[in-house]
Amino acid sequence: MTDGQLILIIDDEPQIRRLLLLTLEGSGLKVTQASTGEEGTIRVRTDNPDLVILDLGLPDMDGIEVLKEIRRTSRLPVIILSVRSSESDIITALDLGADDYLTKPFRTGELLARVRACLRKQQAVEDQEPVSFGTLTIDLAARTVEKKGVPVKLTAIEYSLLALFVRNAGRVLTHKFILEAVWGMAYNEETQYTRVHVGHLRKKIEDDPANPTLIQTESGIGYRFTKL
Amino acid sequence: MTDPQDSRPDPDALLRLLKRKQERDEEAKLKIFFGMCAGVGKTYAMLQSAHEEKRKGLDIAVGYVETHGRVETEALVQGLEIIPRRKIEYRGTSLEEMDLDAILARRPALVLVDELAHTNAPGSRHPKRYQDVAELLENGISVFTTLNVQHLESRADTVAQIAGAQVRETIPDSVFSLAHEIELIDLPPDELLRRLADGKVYAPERSERARQHFFRKGNLTALREMALRLTAERVDHQLREYMRGERIAGPWKSGQRLIVAISPSPHSATVIRWARRTSYTLGATWAAVYVESLQTLSAAARKQLADNIRLARELGADVITTADARVDRGLLRIARQENGTHILVGKSAQRTPFWRKSPFDRLIEDSGGMDIYIVAGEEEQQRAPLRLFRRFSSWQHYAVAAVVVSLIAALCFPIRNIVGYQTVSLLLLLTVTLLALRLSSGPILLAAALSAAVWDYFFIPPIFTMSVGLGVDTLMLASYFIIAIVTGVLSARSRTNESALHLREERATALFNLTRELSQANTVDGVVRAAVASLKRFFDADVVAFLSSADGDLTNTPHPESTFAVDEKEFAVAAWSYWNEKKAGRFTDTLPGARGVYYPLSGPRYSLGVIGVRLSGDGPLALDQETLLQNFLDQIASALERESLSDISAKAMVVAESERLYKTLFDSVSHEIRTPLAAIAGSAESIMNEDLAGDQEVRRQLARDILTATDRLNRLVGNLLDMTRLESGLIRPRLDWCDVRDLLNACVRKVNPDPSRHPVEIEMQGDLPLVRLDYGLIEQAITNILYNAVLYSPSGARISLQALVDRESLVISIADHGPGVPAGMEERIFEKFYRVPGTPAGGTGLGLSIVRGFVQAHKGTVTARNRREGGAEFTIRLPLETAPPSV
Repeated sequence: MTDGQLILIIDDEPQIRRLLLLTLEGSGLKVTQASTGEEGTIRVRTDNPDLVILDLGLPDMDGIEVLKEIRRTSRLPVIILSVRSSESDIITALDLGADDYLTKPFRTGELLARVRACLRKQQAVEDQEPVSFGTLTIDLAARTVEKKGVPVKLTAIEYSLLALFVRNAGRVLTHKFILEAVWGMAYNEETQYTRVHVGHLRKKIEDDPANPTLIQTESGIGYRFTKL
Repeated sequence: MTDPQDSRPDPDALLRLLKRKQERDEEAKLKIFFGMCAGVGKTYAMLQSAHEEKRKGLDIAVGYVETHGRVETEALVQGLEIIPRRKIEYRGTSLEEMDLDAILARRPALVLVDELAHTNAPGSRHPKRYQDVAELLENGISVFTTLNVQHLESRADTVAQIAGAQVRETIPDSVFSLAHEIELIDLPPDELLRRLADGKVYAPERSERARQHFFRKGNLTALREMALRLTAERVDHQLREYMRGERIAGPWKSGQRLIVAISPSPHSATVIRWARRTSYTLGATWAAVYVESLQTLSAAARKQLADNIRLARELGADVITTADARVDRGLLRIARQENGTHILVGKSAQRTPFWRKSPFDRLIEDSGGMDIYIVAGEEEQQRAPLRLFRRFSSWQHYAVAAVVVSLIAALCFPIRNIVGYQTVSLLLLLTVTLLALRLSSGPILLAAALSAAVWDYFFIPPIFTMSVGLGVDTLMLASYFIIAIVTGVLSARSRTNESALHLREERATALFNLTRELSQANTVDGVVRAAVASLKRFFDADVVAFLSSADGDLTNTPHPESTFAVDEKEFAVAAWSYWNEKKAGRFTDTLPGARGVYYPLSGPRYSLGVIGVRLSGDGPLALDQETLLQNFLDQIASALERESLSDISAKAMVVAESERLYKTLFDSVSHEIRTPLAAIAGSAESIMNEDLAGDQEVRRQLARDILTATDRLNRLVGNLLDMTRLESGLIRPRLDWCDVRDLLNACVRKVNPDPSRHPVEIEMQGDLPLVRLDYGLIEQAITNILYNAVLYSPSGARISLQALVDRESLVISIADHGPGVPAGMEERIFEKFYRVPGTPAGGTGLGLSIVRGFVQAHKGTVTARNRREGGAEFTIRLPLETAPPSV
């Protein structure tokens, strides 16, 4: 279902570009490349890609600026490439509308999974069919949740959380994003809300709440629903 | 050819010389051209030798040569470089002296300095020329010099007897002994007299006067004999030493030690010279002992004593001072301590009362196996009794004794009939006894005699006569008299001993207090502060301190604790004292024009500076005070050395530590980066290799190797980045509410151990609240520990992670079943770059120091210990700053 889609790589490192090119083309995707931020913003318009892989450390301009430029005109999926220990940059990028992130060095398998998740999300956004994740089944239209066939009783907030996760399955969600979506704009600093309610939600839907597999914690950033 | 015995005279000088010798490639040599008197051709011979040396290529300069207008001599000076003399203005006349500083600046290999016994003009650095020469030698400049036999200290009195004239310009024998070579310039008296007549020695009119006085044939013969004998003695001495194979400086093997008693009498000087000659002949070492017994010395006596002590020192004795109420007892104590074999004392002119043993008798009786020599003094000296056995009290004491006795008698007289005259005798006896508590024996004797007389005359019937009526009264009077004397003298004596003890105790206390203050000071400044304060307190002196700088020079600004200001001239004195390691300034032989006395502070290993002391009194310190001061200075020096060494070592440690860290970083990082790089490069190359790349399995393995290597590199880079962040102080934890269970899970996932080989067990307190912390930092910290646990645990051994709240802290512990931490290394493993010896390759020793850094950024602690059941346990404690939020 992702075959033939075009991926734009914006990175100044030829080796990384080659690696990405090989990996993506190897799994049936088409690739176009840009080595500077400026070239990248042009290609977004001219090549009309389905997804952008954007390196934050570009020689001519900050990757964040490129992202802002893209988001001014489109909802095009963007995956951020970054290095470890710049969590704040990643959070900024995610809050500015980036769809996911990868830290260098990364494994190619991980890269492909992220790319696929982002492309799939575009298609599955308003899917009305019940979805299953392991022993958990969620019917977003009927607002029901079942675990191993047994209905799970959720609070309103827990259901809102779960629905948010399911709609964005595979995608990383920052605390701020979750807080704004579930509690509203005024609560976007209250990270303890997400911690506590995610904890409660895990107890109800995870097979082993001590070792969660459905709601994953992304260190210092937020949560991601389901294992990739 | 240093003669160890002859070097003996001044052990300190010898040590200094030895020390300096080691610093120099070639030691300076002193050659003395030695003659019986003026005119024998010493200067001439010296100049000839100089020319010879010059032909050999030696760098020679003339420091001071007196030609006395002799033509041949003047001709020889030609062709030698002459260092201009220094002109000194003194009482309107201009005197010329050798320019010591110019010679030291010029630094020739050899310098010619005529007339070693010369006395310098006032205002020169040293009073005597031989001291200039000693300084030249100490600075590595060899010296040729000339000397006549009559100028030797030990021969001075003999010469005075022969020639009938006191020799004023003398030099200590120790200088003579320092000579490497002595060349005797001999001339038969007839020949000398002929030269004198020819005007080759002095100008004509002076020649005539000289012939009539000093240059008589008899005199010359005696002097010649003395010069020859002295030279022969020296040669003989050297030969004996050589035969005995004792060519190194060290303890004497003859086993003989001569102890000479010195006193503040001029007569003592003769005894000291006698002792020096005897010890030389016996081949024995000798020590001069001064026994301080409690009478106050007059200024003249103090000066004489100091002179005598200096003489003994110059002649090579070890000088020892002690205190004892009885001189003979003190002397014997020291003699035994020093393993003396012979005791030498001057004969005393004082007559000892027939009922008492003379100190000599006691000395002879108690001396055991030691030989006792009693040496006669000169006639004039016999009139002045030796201080040792003289008791004196001021006339006031006698007056007090007389007045008190009279007063008591006058008071008793009206009541004699009421109390009875015998009671009066008891009252008088009581008076005498009480007086004895305050007065010395002279006044007590007076009091006893007076009270006996008074009692007899005014109280024993018939009164107003000296006659004694009853036999009982006679007996009573006699016993009264004896009791009065015995009590009085006994208590006076015990008081003397007591005050001797008291004085010693005072000194010991002073020294003890100083030592305590010094030991409490823990900085160089603190030591100086304590030193200045105590010197001021005990010696009533103003003090200035100069410390040596890091490069060994003397700092020219006084230490801020100093209590008097000094100008450049005073500093020059201090500097001289520092460089020559001798005291200088007022009351000394060097630069006596200075205002202060400057003492070098020489610690056991280093020269630490100079202490200048400005005394409030007009005279030098008394001997005991000087000794005490020297003790003080020794204490101060060693305390200073202790402190400056600890300063130095602290600095050195910092430098060494940073060097070590740099090296470790360099070594370990380069190793840690290169190893995975080599693996990556090698594997990649192999994949490119057609032969290998055909095999799928091999290719996969190579690819896995590359992945492992990159993981390792990635971890290293992460650690280095973390370390850099910590070092730069940029770590500011971004605190956020966090679920500890989540945190621990994330850590385990990150390390991702193979569950079959390293099962990880998470154990959590059920109701663990949310905790505010920097998720990223604490995750990294736990990950690093967990990574170690996986690395060091045997396969199959369980690793357990535990989290709980203990009081106000979150406690996270990671326990493994590995080999544990080597005992005693529980703290060291957290040090940067520290790796437990013998641990497998891979790792930089950064991981745990990062853990500690991150945890400390949270104001938390991390510790390691070995578990009783085996393995290590790391515990992180993080303070819970605020209560969990309500949701």
